[in-house]
Amino acid sequence: MDGFPILSIMLLVPLAGAIICLFVEANAARWTALLATFATFALGVMLWANYDIGGDQWQFTERAELVAGFSYALGIDGISLLLIMLSVFLMPICVLASWGAIQKRVGEYMSAFLFMETLMIGTFAAQDIFLFYVFFEAGLIPMYLIIGVWGGDNRIYASYKFFLYTLIGSVLMLIAMFWMVALAGTSDIPTLMQYDFPAGAQTWLWLAFFASFAVKVPMWPFHTWLPDAHVQAPTAGSVILAGVLLKLGGYGFLRFSLPMFPQASADFAWLVFALSMVAVVYTSLVALVQHDMKKLIAYSSVAHMAIVTVGLFAFNVQGLEGAVIIMLSHGLVSGALFLCVGVIYDRLHTREIERYGALSNNMPYYALFFLLFTMASIGLPGTSGFVGEFLSLAGIYQVSTTVALICTTGIILGAAYMLYLYRRVAFGPEKNEDAQAMGDISPREWAMLAPIAAVVMWMGVYPESFLAPMRADIAALDARIAAAAPASDSQLAVGTPKADAANAVPYVESHSNDAKDGEH
Amino acid sequence: MDFASSFALTTAELILTGAGLVLLLWTAWAGDKAAKPIAYAAVLAFFAAGFTLVPGLHDGAIGPATLAFGGLLKIDSFALFSKALIYLAAIGCLLVAPGFFNSDAAGTERGMRAEYAVLVLFAALGMSLMVSANDFMSLYLGLELNSLSAYVLASILRADTRSAEAGLKYFVLGALASGILLYGVSLLYGFTGGTDFAGVRAGLTGELGTGALFGLIFVMAGLAFKIAAVPFHMWTPDVYEGAPTPVTAFFATAPKVAAVALTARVVFEVFGAQVEAWRQIVMFTALASIVFGALGAIGQENLKRLLAYSSINNVGFILLGLAVANQAGAASMLVYLFIYVAMSLGSFTALLMLRSKEGDLYETFGDIAGLAVTRPAIAWGLLFLMFSLAGIPPLLGFYSKFVVFQATVEAGLVAFAAIAIAASVIGAFYYIKFVKVMFFDEPVDLVTGKSGTAHWVLLAVTAAIISPIGYLLTPSLTDLAGKAAGALFLTI
Repeated sequence: MDGFPILSIMLLVPLAGAIICLFVEANAARWTALLATFATFALGVMLWANYDIGGDQWQFTERAELVAGFSYALGIDGISLLLIMLSVFLMPICVLASWGAIQKRVGEYMSAFLFMETLMIGTFAAQDIFLFYVFFEAGLIPMYLIIGVWGGDNRIYASYKFFLYTLIGSVLMLIAMFWMVALAGTSDIPTLMQYDFPAGAQTWLWLAFFASFAVKVPMWPFHTWLPDAHVQAPTAGSVILAGVLLKLGGYGFLRFSLPMFPQASADFAWLVFALSMVAVVYTSLVALVQHDMKKLIAYSSVAHMAIVTVGLFAFNVQGLEGAVIIMLSHGLVSGALFLCVGVIYDRLHTREIERYGALSNNMPYYALFFLLFTMASIGLPGTSGFVGEFLSLAGIYQVSTTVALICTTGIILGAAYMLYLYRRVAFGPEKNEDAQAMGDISPREWAMLAPIAAVVMWMGVYPESFLAPMRADIAALDARIAAAAPASDSQLAVGTPKADAANAVPYVESHSNDAKDGEH
Repeated sequence: MDFASSFALTTAELILTGAGLVLLLWTAWAGDKAAKPIAYAAVLAFFAAGFTLVPGLHDGAIGPATLAFGGLLKIDSFALFSKALIYLAAIGCLLVAPGFFNSDAAGTERGMRAEYAVLVLFAALGMSLMVSANDFMSLYLGLELNSLSAYVLASILRADTRSAEAGLKYFVLGALASGILLYGVSLLYGFTGGTDFAGVRAGLTGELGTGALFGLIFVMAGLAFKIAAVPFHMWTPDVYEGAPTPVTAFFATAPKVAAVALTARVVFEVFGAQVEAWRQIVMFTALASIVFGALGAIGQENLKRLLAYSSINNVGFILLGLAVANQAGAASMLVYLFIYVAMSLGSFTALLMLRSKEGDLYETFGDIAGLAVTRPAIAWGLLFLMFSLAGIPPLLGFYSKFVVFQATVEAGLVAFAAIAIAASVIGAFYYIKFVKVMFFDEPVDLVTGKSGTAHWVLLAVTAAIISPIGYLLTPSLTDLAGKAAGALFLTI
């Protein structure tokens, strides 16, 4: 792979597709988009296959001095690799999900999605802080259009809210970036990750980055744009929003806030914990009373992302690994749940939970997939959700028992609202005739849901495939921030192990005969 | 310092003067029938004048060798850069004019007048003098030549009451501003004993006396008027709305460049020793322009009025570069100016293309609803321009804000930059309203008129400049702006 600019090609393929889509008619645009996203996915598979686990921290690096005061520097580590894989994996599914649902201005729609894909890959692969910003911020344009043109009834309010909320967060980050570059004298991310900023500056820089990422994640109380955006966006828009765009916030904490400002991160960990604890409990309760399926899943996203932020600021390996795994898992699962909503929305054109019911009778395969993703969202062992939440909570337990306790209630509440949703949609009495008349999922919908289901199970059963690429990077990050780790209130003390195993049965002579009898 | 070298330095101005006089005679004899060829002849004159700037721009022109006419004018890199920008803007405004005035339904009263091109020529000549002024006398001369031409240009559609009103308002308020400026100059003359920049500067070292401070403030106020910075911005929306659109495009670009360049030269070369005295004024004006330009635009329905507020908003960002008060800041300001000119020209050209079959111009949001369906090319062009004005990457408008804020932060004004950039989000609100109306709303299909080739070409060129392709221009732009700013800071 030496010298082959695979990351640049991964940026160019969707970009070229986006430009072509603008100029062709509807059906050609659909096929172009599908082809381009599949080609990018194939390149992504190549990328993973050639990624040298345990090799250099930054691989596939490309560098060209750009004219405009920042350089075109690309390169990935294990964390970027996994998030890029998530993006390129979801994109063909998004195109499929929009196949019949989008009928007006198809070319522009597909173009916006492909442009979005370029930007997402670019964000995860950028190694120059300003290049990162360009990719990060440019995503506003296609997403604004996707929500505004192809969204629901209240799409204009939602698109404005999405745009302005995100913009105000990120412009402050831009000022912080200027300041960092002025202090450190370089805009190279790997160098900045090792640079020790003065403690006073760290506080302000951290807050500026927090303003951007907290909106993006989103953390309570900056989350209010998310339910609106999700509900109004078309299905595929929700998938991308929940699947990848929210991960930009978590990625930002992982790539910028933690390694660049470890001291400030430790100082502000209480803030993150407090907001996350509120988010877990509050948004879970809000999710419980929703009548709109998409809104329910949107609130559940806020709750899940809160466990991500808690894990990130646990300052230990489990927490960080757990956070990344939740990000991946949530990307797949919430994306799949939005697809599940989309499947029935396409048939009945409503997201009201009450309008459905007993779908397991007439749509058994649909109900099966929906159940799997519901369970994965709850975090059932064997699904991807369990791995991430377990690691994350195990990480935070070492720092704070209280935070771990309160965040764990999120899992219980998560089970409550997800199972309640599932019961109302898939089980119960057959109360709506039109809902009972809906046919089961089509081959196209199979092709959307089955791959995600497979990966969710894979990640749940053998998470090592996903942990291995990032292990060295997480270890490096942990080494960087360990010195600043806040004191733990868990008072973990390493005890002396007992001589016997905890479940050892004391050997009693009188029973020996019975035991021998039993052997026969 | 002989006249030959002075003339050699001012070749561009001489070409414009000569062309202006010849075309004026042509106008007198041939009348309005020849309006179009006269406009193209003026374009040629601008190209010729612009061509003479190239060697100086390329090699950089600084030091005493750039002084002409005994120090009245200073044709350094800074002046050359500004002039090049002014000429480009003027060319753009000349090219779009025939398509606007000579539409089918325009009738004789609304037809293109031959004086249009001549007035643009003289206005640009005045601006040339403004940006190369090295003495308050030549400064005022250039300013008035520019202003008087501009007053007439604003009311060139005599039969249109809005146009006449715009001209009158512009004249009254502009004259007031000139008076304020002149009063400031007279105070400075009284307290320092000179009108040439170096002399006034020499008299302003050390503790600033009250009289001289008043002089400084009056001069700053007069200049703020000319660049339409808050709190002296109130004429802008009315004049921009009333004036014929090609004239508005001209007002939003060339005179803005000239006035900003002039302000920069005055604050650095005259008040260079009193940075703290004017810096707070500029900082306040910059922030106020950003905020009020953004807030004022929110309720507007008229697109030209909205772009007027947008230009006030942009002036705020330009002044941000000035407030930094160092060479990097001045260079960033010049880069911003270039990109701003491209964006403004493009936006106004797009507005010119919004017309009915009969040739009537549409000017409100209601008229362009759903433009993306009915006229996708114009809509996409406007989309890029608006996102660029809002400063969203990867469009070039982002780069303009990038350099200005970078200079601000590097100079240590972090909090100031943070407030300014947060205020810029308010501006994004109405820029995305353009996109909302064109892309999200139901089509009304009013815009049915055909547009001329010149309009399409100009829209395509500006769209290409502000698209990511435009980043290819940035190395030479940075180089030229750096040289220009270097010339400005030679005296400090």
